[in-house]
Amino acid sequence: MNSAVLSEQDISRAVTRITHEILEKNKGATNLVLVGIRTRGATLAKRIVKKINDIEGLEVDLGVLDVTLYRDDLSAGKQNPVIEKTSIPFALEGKHVVLIDDVLFTGRSIRAAIDALIDFGRPASIQLGVLIDRGHRELPIRPDYVGKNIPTSKANHVQVQMREDDGKDEVCIIDPLTVDNP
Amino acid sequence: MFIHKNLLGTKSLSNDAITTILDTADSFKEISTRPIKKVPALRGKTIINLFFEPSTRTRTSFEIAGKRLSADVINISGPSSSSVKGENLIDTALNLEAMHPDIMVVRHALSGASEMISQHVKCPIINAGDGFHEHPTQALLDLHTIREAKGSLEGLNITIVGDIAHSRVVRSNIYAMKTMGMNVKLIGPPTMIPQGIDKMGVSVGYDFEGVIHDTDVIMMLRLQKERQSRYLLSSIREYSNLYCLTSKVLEKAKDDVLIFHPGPVNRGIEISPDIMRSKRSLILTQVTNGVAVRMALMYLLLGGKNDTSN
Repeated sequence: MNSAVLSEQDISRAVTRITHEILEKNKGATNLVLVGIRTRGATLAKRIVKKINDIEGLEVDLGVLDVTLYRDDLSAGKQNPVIEKTSIPFALEGKHVVLIDDVLFTGRSIRAAIDALIDFGRPASIQLGVLIDRGHRELPIRPDYVGKNIPTSKANHVQVQMREDDGKDEVCIIDPLTVDNP
Repeated sequence: MFIHKNLLGTKSLSNDAITTILDTADSFKEISTRPIKKVPALRGKTIINLFFEPSTRTRTSFEIAGKRLSADVINISGPSSSSVKGENLIDTALNLEAMHPDIMVVRHALSGASEMISQHVKCPIINAGDGFHEHPTQALLDLHTIREAKGSLEGLNITIVGDIAHSRVVRSNIYAMKTMGMNVKLIGPPTMIPQGIDKMGVSVGYDFEGVIHDTDVIMMLRLQKERQSRYLLSSIREYSNLYCLTSKVLEKAKDDVLIFHPGPVNRGIEISPDIMRSKRSLILTQVTNGVAVRMALMYLLLGGKNDTSN
């Protein structure tokens, strides 16, 4: 069974609130950069950059990160994950970096992303913003900005769809135990 | 999708497999421009470069590619190996395998050497050039460089000029370029064009200046003076008069023609120095892209779980 937990409007409100919280915490947008984790995190980051521009009239730098090469579960046997382009065409030295992802789960992707960012330079700080925090952390990682906390079972799958990537804005919880076989 | 255990040649690669390699290389290229040119993807993996023939470019390129992925890379060259003491190739490979490498990169003067080793060891083998047979990573980096400059490969015309008979680069390129839908024309002295090569789906000619008006890419080959080349020519000067790429020859080509050479270059024999420096020459871009293509291959051959859940 799929149950929608966030609608298009909910997502839009969450993005707006996260944007305000980022600006409040960092006292504006100077010295701020956003880095989105591919694919949906990058889409969210792009939306937040646009919102920041609407509010502050400032275009903050936007980077895109593919963390596959930093994952801790790369090993022989199964099919290779496709590597997408990473693009951080600006210096991170001394910047406040807000890392954006769609779903925070075990925290392992974020660990990989932090390691990747540090290889690009020494930022003043790294903050974390996510649309969904579904719990079940396996590493000591906590988000600074959360769209919505959703308690899930570990077996569930949280599916985030973004208009730019999937044609519509929606967040669903998919329970594999109750999915009907067509 | 890429599901090969070894990379022995381009003959067995599908359009899909080549596209996967080139796309992956596209993504890896950026790593070499970072302040810290290293990612941890192959941490704890061991790559052995086993080179029984001289090489600067290819060996260094494989070594850098492995190191940028955090693998441990060990170089063994022919003269410093136990082959000097009489150990045969398979025994050398078996002994190296006993130390648990994850990839062996092999260059050997014998055609089929890499394939023979691959039948005796379990780890993936990358052929870095075997005799007159294949040199697949060179062909893949050529395709990557052409695709990057032209946007796509389908339907492009390429003219390959020089010692076709003794070039493993040509054979790998013909297989891969035909698979990708390119039109290949071979030009060279008759003594250097093997009989029956047109059966590979290529056209053959002897008049360089006469055929280059519609070509998108010109690939000049090295005159292999250390191999048979000198017995097949009356003089190097005569070869140069007929087949050297000079600005005079180039006047007949398209304005946006690209110039390739797999290196090392005999300046003034295959290609004149002023052309090597021109904007149309992508000879050094080929070298840069070689690292990204080899990184992509190492990553693809060593696999990884397809677990992209949150």
